[in-house]
Amino acid sequence: MKYLDEYRDQRIARALAAEIAQWTTRPWVLMEICGGQTHTIMRYGIDELLPRGIELVHGPGCPVCVTPLETVDKAIELALRPDVILVSYGDMLRVPGSRSDLLRAMAQGADVRIAYSSTEAVKIARSSPDRKVVFLAIGFETTAPANAMAAWQAKREGLTNFSMLVSHVLVPPAIRALMVSRTNRVQAFIAPGHVCTVVGCKEYEDLVRDFRVPIVVGGFEPVDILESVLMLVRQLEAGEVKLENQYVRSVSYQGNLPAQRIMAEVFEVADQKWRGIGPIPQSGLRLREEYAAFDADRVFDLGELSVDEPAECISAQVLQGLKKPTDCPAFGMRCTPENPLGAPMVSTEGACAAYYHYRRHKVAS
Amino acid sequence: MCLAIPGKILAIQELGPMRVARVQFGGIVRQVSLSFVPEAGLGDYVMVHVGFAISRVDSSEAQRTFKLLQEMGALETELPPAET
Repeated sequence: MKYLDEYRDQRIARALAAEIAQWTTRPWVLMEICGGQTHTIMRYGIDELLPRGIELVHGPGCPVCVTPLETVDKAIELALRPDVILVSYGDMLRVPGSRSDLLRAMAQGADVRIAYSSTEAVKIARSSPDRKVVFLAIGFETTAPANAMAAWQAKREGLTNFSMLVSHVLVPPAIRALMVSRTNRVQAFIAPGHVCTVVGCKEYEDLVRDFRVPIVVGGFEPVDILESVLMLVRQLEAGEVKLENQYVRSVSYQGNLPAQRIMAEVFEVADQKWRGIGPIPQSGLRLREEYAAFDADRVFDLGELSVDEPAECISAQVLQGLKKPTDCPAFGMRCTPENPLGAPMVSTEGACAAYYHYRRHKVAS
Repeated sequence: MCLAIPGKILAIQELGPMRVARVQFGGIVRQVSLSFVPEAGLGDYVMVHVGFAISRVDSSEAQRTFKLLQEMGALETELPPAET
């Protein structure tokens, strides 16, 4: 497929790995933020192509993984109401809440529908006027414009049976939280290419300046990741601190302005809790006052919940790059994608799922 | 969830205020909203995420990057054969 296959070329990947090895004189710790990139790294064994000194640690960029337990519980509670149709992206169905998950709620009779796009949720609301349709709107900046569009469309059409349970997170405040943490080991970041497609490289300039940390906006194919690593290693070895863009074919400095406009029209920045990590100031999005009628939290008066993660799950450390999934005693034993203890084992972007799919035999042997 | 896949625009139509396209991904064709990429036209490649195109793939940039990488691939003769 054009613009995919070229970037999976093995010869180029090996040449890039050789170039990285030539540049590397010291050990460096790099973090890829996005779980999509983590999966590429595991799937193609990119970490094994790199010189020994280069360590890739995996970041919190998995929207399903960081959606608070409380939001999952609220979604289940809503889904179980007979007058509600809960519409969700497929990734959320197996994510464990404190007592159950959406898949089990379905087995108990809840009407849960899987949507590929937020527009499908609006469509369901339009065709089911006697039911209340709640869309579980989760995601990073990449997904926020699409989810915003659903609320905008519902408002424009005057739909009274559509609302969104919103859990939206932003990447730069999470990087900031990692950098100020006393346990931080990360010396450079691969920034998430699709988040930056929407918000532009400009959002990352402050981070580079404030923390004197090299950042390269990177794509998702093996060649993209290797080139991003090479760009970071060159900077680190030369003592440079810059923002660079590897993913030029999709990312611009300004980002996607129409997408940013709809995000700003519908959402405003707010404090947000991250599952496994805790609250991070100004790190999320909530619906603006003008969209209060579409805010499931207010429509259903869900109130504040607070529940604890299972003590056995180390996803907090995994999401902050402090531990590898294979450091967890439950990994692949009591915690599997079929029976997950924590969200990173469920999501197609979760680090634990990536290790499970591509590395578990190696761990076992 | 933050994945976006490149696809080629085969046809465009206006649905009320929405501009939508039929977009081809390998052998599959899907309907995609072009609301965020008003500049995209027939034959263009777009990156698609949850049913919305979020960027038009800059083909000259994509080719330039790829050429550069391919030239690096010439180094391959210097390397040991790939492990299988």
